[in-house]
Amino acid sequence: MEFAELIKTPRVDGVVLHRPFMPTVEGTLCLTGHHLILSSRQDNTEELWLLHSNIDSIEKRFVGCLGSIIVKCKDLRVIQLDIPGMEECLNIASSIEALSTLDSISLMYPFFYRPMFEVIDDGWNSFLPEDAFKDLESMTDEWRLSEVNKDFSVCPSYAPLVAVPKGIDDDTLRKVATFRHGGRFPVLSYYHKKNGMVMMRAGQPLTGTNGRRCKEDEKLINATLRPGKRGYIIDTRTINVAQQAKARGGGFESEANYPQWRRIHKAIERSNVLQDSLIKLVEACNDQSHNMDRWLSKLEASNWQTHVKEILTTACLAAQCIDREGASVLVHGTEGADSTLQVTSLAQIILDPACRTIRGFQGLIEREWLQAGHPFQQRCAQSAYSNSKPRQEAPVFLLFLDCVWQILRQFPCSFEFNENFLVQLFEHAYASQFGTFMGNSAAERAKLSLPEKTVSLWSWVNRPQELERLSNPLYEANSLVIWPSVAPQSLLLWEGVFLRWNRSSKCLDEAYEEMVHIIEYNKELQNKVNSLRRQLAQLETEDPLLQTP
Amino acid sequence: MEHIRVPKVENVRLTDRINPRKSSVGTLYLTATHTIFVESETGVRSETWVLHSLVCSVEKQAPTATGCPLLIHCKNFQVLHFVFPQECDCHDVQVSLQRLSQPECYEELYCFSYKPNIDKEERQQQWDFLDLKAEFSRMGVPNSLWKLSSVNRDYKVSDTYPADLFVPKSATPPLIVGSSKFRSRGRFPTLSYYCKENHAAICRSSQPLSGFSARCLEDEQMLEAILRSNPRSDFMYVVDTRPKLNAIANRAAGKGYENEDNYSNIKFQFIAIENIHVMRNSQQKMLEVCELRSPSMSDFLEGLESSGWLKHIKAVVDAGIFIAKAVAEEGVSVLVHCSDGWDRTAQVCSVACVLLDPYYRTLRGFMVLIERDWVSFGHKFSHRCNHLDGDPKEVSPIIDQFLECVWQLMEQFPCAFEFNERFLITIHSHIYSCQYGNFIGNNQRERKELGVRERTHSLWMYLWTNRTDYINPLYRPDHSQTQGLLRPSTAPYCFKFWRGLYNRFDKGMHPRQSVQDYLMAIQEETQQLEEQLASHQKVAWAGNHRAPESSLIILPQELNQTFDPNLSNNSDQESGIADLSCRSPLSEDSTRDPDSDEAAYFAA
Repeated sequence: MEFAELIKTPRVDGVVLHRPFMPTVEGTLCLTGHHLILSSRQDNTEELWLLHSNIDSIEKRFVGCLGSIIVKCKDLRVIQLDIPGMEECLNIASSIEALSTLDSISLMYPFFYRPMFEVIDDGWNSFLPEDAFKDLESMTDEWRLSEVNKDFSVCPSYAPLVAVPKGIDDDTLRKVATFRHGGRFPVLSYYHKKNGMVMMRAGQPLTGTNGRRCKEDEKLINATLRPGKRGYIIDTRTINVAQQAKARGGGFESEANYPQWRRIHKAIERSNVLQDSLIKLVEACNDQSHNMDRWLSKLEASNWQTHVKEILTTACLAAQCIDREGASVLVHGTEGADSTLQVTSLAQIILDPACRTIRGFQGLIEREWLQAGHPFQQRCAQSAYSNSKPRQEAPVFLLFLDCVWQILRQFPCSFEFNENFLVQLFEHAYASQFGTFMGNSAAERAKLSLPEKTVSLWSWVNRPQELERLSNPLYEANSLVIWPSVAPQSLLLWEGVFLRWNRSSKCLDEAYEEMVHIIEYNKELQNKVNSLRRQLAQLETEDPLLQTP
Repeated sequence: MEHIRVPKVENVRLTDRINPRKSSVGTLYLTATHTIFVESETGVRSETWVLHSLVCSVEKQAPTATGCPLLIHCKNFQVLHFVFPQECDCHDVQVSLQRLSQPECYEELYCFSYKPNIDKEERQQQWDFLDLKAEFSRMGVPNSLWKLSSVNRDYKVSDTYPADLFVPKSATPPLIVGSSKFRSRGRFPTLSYYCKENHAAICRSSQPLSGFSARCLEDEQMLEAILRSNPRSDFMYVVDTRPKLNAIANRAAGKGYENEDNYSNIKFQFIAIENIHVMRNSQQKMLEVCELRSPSMSDFLEGLESSGWLKHIKAVVDAGIFIAKAVAEEGVSVLVHCSDGWDRTAQVCSVACVLLDPYYRTLRGFMVLIERDWVSFGHKFSHRCNHLDGDPKEVSPIIDQFLECVWQLMEQFPCAFEFNERFLITIHSHIYSCQYGNFIGNNQRERKELGVRERTHSLWMYLWTNRTDYINPLYRPDHSQTQGLLRPSTAPYCFKFWRGLYNRFDKGMHPRQSVQDYLMAIQEETQQLEEQLASHQKVAWAGNHRAPESSLIILPQELNQTFDPNLSNNSDQESGIADLSCRSPLSEDSTRDPDSDEAAYFAA
């Protein structure tokens, strides 16, 4: 076993664990291939089971022969382990470092994890494109499911099956793919049942400096317009950034070639800027100076809330074009796998009540993130504490979750799930025993045989016990479009993620329990009243004397 | 009436601040007490009423092509933007409103003309609803350590103090008078809060007139007496809530702070809370940020930071925590003062009380607290809230800050308070509205002279009568969070911008569904269910025992009607927003007419 070589000291006794807002625990520290475990061997004391892959970075400190390791996790938790003995401490530290930065994907924990629960509903088969298409077919016959990408040759980051306008054949699609960044030709993202308008997404057109055009591309997207109707192209980059992209072979749709489309540029930041923003925000949250000016200026300087506002604003714009203007929309940025997906998925949360259910939200993440080719492996390789130079890391998905949380806060009764679900998705995107967020695309997941070799997160989530934990007790299905406010006063810091380990949540948890209690007691009474009424009704039929006048 | 230059202007446009495209045209009326805007376009008659006493400023802007704009800022943070077709009308309305909103004498205030349909006897009962003597006896005084002193019966010792004051048992009238002569405005050290469990007390006063070296034997003995009233403690804290520099500067004017060498066994402590001028400017800056038309995130956060507002709120809470801990954890008495002892001292003492004693976190207790620490101890409401046309330098949002501190605590302890945010906002609004007599004048003596009890109504009874609106559904008296001392976190990120107050009228900024309202509706329904259950059980029992005279039977279809979960029926499909607001879909019907159920129930 290869792990054995990396584990220099498999266990140390007398290790003291410090965690924020929890009592310290002394016990035995064990390193396994995938976990760091602290066991106190006492009943009623919670033990620490930490996935190595959850570790973002570590720091060592020595006072005399007592060493301490500060472990900083991708879920933003910081813990400290006091380890007696200099050598043990160094060994443990280097082992953790090696085990938390394994290069080989096949050594990742999901390939070793065996579920301790019965898989009733296999998440790998729960959200297949063909099933999603069946729903679409029940609403419209204007679209077809194309197999043009079944061997991932036309677009390596797309799923094998994609929905395209019925009148566009596979040859056209192949030509269009050559004109779009990463082969990401325009595909259907969302069909708005209310008025038949659609949202599509793509990579940027490869117009280059010469203003190259592609008739097939124009034909494809025009095929989605109703006669005499105009559509909107939402470019998630500023006009300047889009102009600059031409020099690198990219570009945007010119008015001349796309006269039926109105282009709108928005400014959603790119990956490295977002990663930087996350690092700054987390640093601000961990600042111990207790100085108000410092906190507000650091919060502002991190720009995190600015990104939340930009993304939500763009998503509202897309939703507005579809629902209010009655126009179809094409969304893209550069690759069409980051900001594009933030916009298309959030617009669906706003427009489509189905996306606000637990299962619908899973479906949304499958469609708009996993099958749409958001490179999770690259984006979530490191979190806010990493010391190594960022490569392609970016909290794109976390920002999406943050935006969903903002809408949830503004419409607390319109979502079937609660904040726990969003926090859980954040955790699993960065480190998980499940295979769902592994790989960067459908092609990679197929190559790794994830459905055969790993367990899906959805298999775990869709069990009654877990569903109960993730359910929002306030939920009442709301069939309407929900427009969030994007005023700075309305957008809050997501404390459940960013301050989760910095403050005690006891009082807030108690308030949540109290709320659940109020609602459950009400339901209980309703049931009692109903059953008594049934009894009475029965008595009435049996005894005519009791008839109402 | 003579101040109303123009009673009615037609074709006035009221524009939405956030969304200028959303505006409505209507008729503006000026009455003796209100500005009323009646929208004329839509089929539904929609009216906007603004009390003159709530108007803070009336600003005429340069005329534009569409007309002559008039911007009205209100003390409850409502901002109204009218556009008049004629400049002369705009001018007349401005001049009228400026005069109407700034009365020159108390007699002009709304409370003296506000006449709800309540007879004299009932009004007297309203004023007796809160009794401060009862509050002191709730705390356990008078007792063997503290006594009621009549030394200020005629407001001769301190004209800004209440008539009834509690002092240490050993404090004789000459001692009190001696001490009062050594304190600004005669505000000698007196009891504010007494903790009967451990005898520790919170006392308050104004600054001593110590200058660079003056001493006063009686004042020193007064503090000694306070210390001895806490038998288990061998020292006491003296907390000066001013920044040290300000206190030192006061020495040059013959005022200042206690010299630890002259007073036996005191520990002196500065807690830097800024003065009323800093607070006024800070709030002004923050409000400017709130009013920005479409601010970026950076505009907002930078503006919030540079206003310094949350820093000041944190300073007040920090000071409250210091005192609460001294009393509850160390069992040490505290004397609190600032300069005059009616602004920062009131804030800090009352925040400490909210932290210390669960009683002040109930509806009634909170009203008592404001009545004691603010109203009776002479917080200068009329000056600070600009009730009359007065010195703008006297205006300061000191009470706003106290209410906000409580809101910040409610955010951290959602189950610990019996009342909700709406309660705080309603109190805030009425402190400024002058509709009730409670906050008129600057001290008890002035209110007595004005005959407030005889001529006006009391807010407290109104709030109590409508208390169902102000109950926090998450509150439970037996909850662990409700008990004992609150220990809030004072990390900067625990202090949030209070959108509910400062952007109160910008409806679009608030959550479109309110958890609180939802839970309140659920609880109301639960109560109805409990009643139904009780009577059904009776009927079921009767049925089983064949007692046909029982007629309390409800038809099953009522159930569906009452608990119709279908929300979309009643909502505007187009916007999808407006009609979702603050309403529990579950109880849509039952809240609309809570009586109809019961009526049907008894008729059956």
